[in-house]
Amino acid sequence: MAQTTEPFMRWGWVWSHLDLIWSRTVEHLVLTGIALGIGFVISVVLSVIALRYRKTYAPITWVTGVLYSIPSLALFVMLIPITGLSVTTAEIGLVSYTLLIFIRNIVAGIDGVPQEVREAAMGMGYTRRRMLLEIELPIALPVVIAGVRIATVTTVGLVTITALIGLGGLGQLILDGLNRLFTTPLIVGAVLSVVLALLLDFALVFLERALTPWARRKATV
Amino acid sequence: MIRLDHVSKVFPGSDRPAVGDLSFEVPAGEIVVLVGPSGCGKTTTLKMINRLIEPTSGEIWIDGARATTQEPHVLRRKIGYVIQQIGLFPHRTIAQNIATVPQLLGWERGRIEARVAELIELVGLDRDVVDRYPAELSGGQQQRVGVARALAADPPVMLMDEPFGAVDPIVRARLQEELKVLQARLQKTIVFVTHDIDEAIGLGDRVALLNEGGVLEQYAPPEEILRAPANDFVVRFLGSERGLRRLSLISVDTVPLDWGPVVEADTSTQSARAVMNEHGSDWVGIVDHGRLRGWVWGSELVHHEMMAELHPRPFSARLSRGDTLRQALDAIVTSKTQMAVVVDGDRYLGMFSADRLNEALLS
Repeated sequence: MAQTTEPFMRWGWVWSHLDLIWSRTVEHLVLTGIALGIGFVISVVLSVIALRYRKTYAPITWVTGVLYSIPSLALFVMLIPITGLSVTTAEIGLVSYTLLIFIRNIVAGIDGVPQEVREAAMGMGYTRRRMLLEIELPIALPVVIAGVRIATVTTVGLVTITALIGLGGLGQLILDGLNRLFTTPLIVGAVLSVVLALLLDFALVFLERALTPWARRKATV
Repeated sequence: MIRLDHVSKVFPGSDRPAVGDLSFEVPAGEIVVLVGPSGCGKTTTLKMINRLIEPTSGEIWIDGARATTQEPHVLRRKIGYVIQQIGLFPHRTIAQNIATVPQLLGWERGRIEARVAELIELVGLDRDVVDRYPAELSGGQQQRVGVARALAADPPVMLMDEPFGAVDPIVRARLQEELKVLQARLQKTIVFVTHDIDEAIGLGDRVALLNEGGVLEQYAPPEEILRAPANDFVVRFLGSERGLRRLSLISVDTVPLDWGPVVEADTSTQSARAVMNEHGSDWVGIVDHGRLRGWVWGSELVHHEMMAELHPRPFSARLSRGDTLRQALDAIVTSKTQMAVVVDGDRYLGMFSADRLNEALLS
């Protein structure tokens, strides 16, 4: 009888649990941020290797592709005996899902730098290293940021699954709602997760616009 | 200034050299144009000078030093480089693009800014382009930026790889003209690559004609190449308009002119008629103390005593002494009298006729 009278959304619960909702949101953001940060650093290193030694690109995308294709649930379960129910377990999984997206976009972005730009840069006396940092990476930025946006949205969604190993940020709310057949936290968790993904995506769009004014002006000509 | 000493290049996986045993010298302050059909190794040769391509054998000397004794990036900062596709950096403003080499060389900010402003003016760009991005400029403007960027650190040597190949013919002609003006001022040592023989003849102090495999068929000033082509390959490459092309290299003031049926204004019409008869012409030109006034028909002389009483028409076919024989030819084929008057300001120098043109060509 309690179930029949249970409303779809119990606002009273939301007001009384604002602290919990806030801390879950922060946890969600932290898990996402760590995964993206570590994933990006590893990807930059692997991309530089792939760009410098072209033969390594296929194996690198193959390995990261396999990682990407492992169902997240299975990956966490496989890691529990090794790293336990820890942030490490969660991050290993989350980081491995970002690698393929990052590497593909970084390599594609730098491959997309026009050959004549590279020739001009070399011809005027850039060293390889300076050319990568000052010419190639900035020009590749729109494509790289496109990858960051995909990885970010994906990771925000995946973080909810880490609720199964006791983390999960907003995923905890969703799991809690499922376990108790109590729709309010489930909805709050799901909606906030989506809102978080959208907000981060918008933030990245603004970041891209701020960093690449030249790409925007091109479109107006 | 630049000397290639038995330079050759064999690319890996190829059994034939792209450039084989090439030697020539580019004197300081001159434009040498490398020209030839595709596959003649002209671009490869150019890129060996700034070591974007390393020679398989031979030596390249720049300013008395072996190119190989310096780090490639150090060497390249001292050599201006312009390519057909321009290769401006799309993420940098025009000012930043021009500042590329000074920035690599670590110039201080104020010096870079002053130099950029100077270059913008030198290559004829508007001051307000400095804060724009390359994609906002036309092709011709972009190539001006490309030239400015190459000149930025005032390198003694410039390498230009078909720099005007991607712009339309009108803009190309203008850019070529500007390069000549610029060169007269800057006196750079320039190696210029093109496949366009007219561009080579028009710009080069010397032309190096290359055949497939980087074989140097002739290396001489353009006028000499056109007058005395070294072999059949050169003749074929110059094409059927060799004579016409030569005309554009000879200026009118090197050719003896005729005075023609021209009299002073204070001449009587009677003596003017005698001059006309002598030349077998039905018109007569009038000068006033050496200044050209125009011409009148013989029939207009009737009822007049002195030439000064007549109202002469201006000559339509006029040449200045610095004009080329090609312009002279154009002037005489479009004039009714088959003649063109040559003036220096408004001072009359003489008549240029088809006969004189022939003599000039056969000499």
